[in-house]
Amino acid sequence: MQGFNIAEYFGIKPNVLDMTNVGGSSFEIHAAHAKRDIAAGKAKVALLTYGSTAHSNARAIGAGGRDGGMHPADNMDRFSGMTLIANYAMVAQRHMHEFGTTSEQLAEISVATRFHAMRNPEAVKAMEDLDFINIRETTIEDVVDSRMIADPLHLLECCMISDGGGAVVIASPEVARDCKKPPVWILGSGEATKYPENGGDICTSAAVQSAPTAFKEAGISPSEIDIAMIYDSFSITVLTLLEDLGFCKKGEGGAWVEGGRLRFDRPNDGPALNTDGGGLSSNHPGMRGIFLLIEAARQLRGESTSQVENAKLAVAHGNGGMLGSRHVAGTIILGRD
Amino acid sequence: MSDKPVARPLPKFDEADTAEFWAGTKEKEFRYQQCDNCQKIIFYPRRTCTGCTNSQLIWKVSNGLGKIYTFSIVRLSYHPFFKQQLPYVVAWIDIDEGPRILSNVVGCDAEDVKIGTEVKLEWEIHENLNIPLFEPI
Ligand SMILES: [Zn+2]
Repeated sequence: MQGFNIAEYFGIKPNVLDMTNVGGSSFEIHAAHAKRDIAAGKAKVALLTYGSTAHSNARAIGAGGRDGGMHPADNMDRFSGMTLIANYAMVAQRHMHEFGTTSEQLAEISVATRFHAMRNPEAVKAMEDLDFINIRETTIEDVVDSRMIADPLHLLECCMISDGGGAVVIASPEVARDCKKPPVWILGSGEATKYPENGGDICTSAAVQSAPTAFKEAGISPSEIDIAMIYDSFSITVLTLLEDLGFCKKGEGGAWVEGGRLRFDRPNDGPALNTDGGGLSSNHPGMRGIFLLIEAARQLRGESTSQVENAKLAVAHGNGGMLGSRHVAGTIILGRD
Repeated sequence: MSDKPVARPLPKFDEADTAEFWAGTKEKEFRYQQCDNCQKIIFYPRRTCTGCTNSQLIWKVSNGLGKIYTFSIVRLSYHPFFKQQLPYVVAWIDIDEGPRILSNVVGCDAEDVKIGTEVKLEWEIHENLNIPLFEPI
């Protein structure tokens, strides 16, 4: 349901409507716009909603046809048979070529998110419902030994396709102070787009534009972040975004993630990644951005199933579209009192 | 159900900006644009320069040589045509004159494809246009 359908369903008469649809990062963009519109006095409370039955509808998201629409880029790309997974795989292939990144390093991301998923009963239930085999913590060997889907990406480096839904309420400070739950503050936001350019760098995403804007507004640096909720459509998405968000330098992501560094129980080694289990191991109904905000808020309220002790600052970064061609980035920095 | 062979999805001629490119493929010409003002290479085809907004873009013809910028071997597809082609190689190709195009690498074992491999145009023949694929030299 779109925003206006939700309004009708609940009998709400909103003053602001934002049905921006840029795929997986839509909800980070909605959050940024909600903050802006509340600050401008146009609204007091914003309701962000998402629901999808991608699994039940048997939508072939990752390996389906991509015949596209009728704009010039679609008319050039249609004949190639590029699947969504192959698009991301081409980023991984180039990242390996330029920086020596390995499949074992990329697998660290899948292993860390599964580690978190196994601690989250809702994630385990989702994997059971989707008939995952071997629902357990995984090893790097499990990941690199899994079936190749689009070289160099293996099955366990690709997110699931599930059903799912979520909602976020964003309110003015006056309203938030009176709510039952402790408030989580939006400290900064950034949005950007990236597209293929002749001679361009496929290993760098739109996050290099959205993240500095968000961090500057928040007045903090990436090294202060406790929780990194990063859109894990694929392992390479996270690796690229860790670099582009500024946690490490471009090309150093592979070495940086080694040794289980992204786990929630390694608070001195930088942020914990996707503590709900992520799109790789908890849910991915097609556009996962809302769950990044939800789990970040849970962490900052001490409610996560993989709780980082005394978590104060979180980043939620959505990537909508395709990492290896055109996509939209939304970065949200969150903090608590 | 039906044994009718499914064809490769083809571009549409009524897309205004790219029609000239596809018309060129019928002549086995790989056409691209260059800005008459700032000399920037424009690809995919457009009506304005992405460097300076000038709309005087000159059509040129490439020699059809290039290098593989990056690629993937597709091993899973549910598309009625492409699932018959598995495994196949999708790649971003850097054409020597500057354009970067998404295409397939053909005429070789998919396992032998590498970044940096030099390739040349290999036209796949269709009725009203030809499809620009690439083959290692
Ligand atoms: Zn120009």
